[in-house]
Amino acid sequence: MVNISIDKEGGSNLIKVIGEIDASSSIKLDDALKTTSDAGLPIVMNLEGLNYISSAGLGVFISYLEELKTKNIKFVLFGLQPAVKEVFDILGLNQIMNIVVTKEDALRIANEA
Amino acid sequence: MKHNLVISCNKTNLSKIRSFLSEIMEEQAIAELEAHKMILAVDEICANLIIHSNYCNPTKKIEILVNFETPTKVIFIIKDTGISFDFDQYKEPDMTDIISSKRKGGVGLILVKRIMDKIEFSTDKNYNICRLTKNIRT
Repeated sequence: MVNISIDKEGGSNLIKVIGEIDASSSIKLDDALKTTSDAGLPIVMNLEGLNYISSAGLGVFISYLEELKTKNIKFVLFGLQPAVKEVFDILGLNQIMNIVVTKEDALRIANEA
Repeated sequence: MKHNLVISCNKTNLSKIRSFLSEIMEEQAIAELEAHKMILAVDEICANLIIHSNYCNPTKKIEILVNFETPTKVIFIIKDTGISFDFDQYKEPDMTDIISSKRKGGVGLILVKRIMDKIEFSTDKNYNICRLTKNIRT
């Protein structure tokens, strides 16, 4: 089960994720990223409440990287729990995605020129 | 100590598998991060079997067996009767290719390979058997 909400904050679309993302719930993450990638604002994801992610969810993130780069939309994640962060690290996503600790850092990076 | 769980091939049952494994890990006092990775690897195999081998057909079943051979060596056996997977033909995709192709799949088995110490696929009568071995760091 996952709950995903989208709000605007500091000039960015802020997506908040609470719960678990697996093969049965990754569609909700896809919907949120589709909506925000079409909106054009930087995307900041609050993952403080995400306690599990499988490849289905990671695959959704990965599938948007190229499109967001092409559209020049900044994409920043923050607040990853240690177990979730480790999954990103195993795949090396920490090297190719903007992943920071705090919301302040995330919003600052999202709004850098 | 052996444990087993049988579920029908429905993606919503993945959370049941994770709860089942989580209880065993707690019982065995496995460190949280280590437990999380093993649960993820089994979830990945089960998701693949549910979706690709059994087409989410709820009349089909998957059985998960967990056996702590020693306190630091655990074997996970996942059995199903769907389309068998030829692991010998599997080539790990390149992350750059996955990103540029914008596809949503392709990283599950990479995770399993990087988390588990040994992955074996075999068939026995009508069953496909995936056997995952993990040596737990203490």
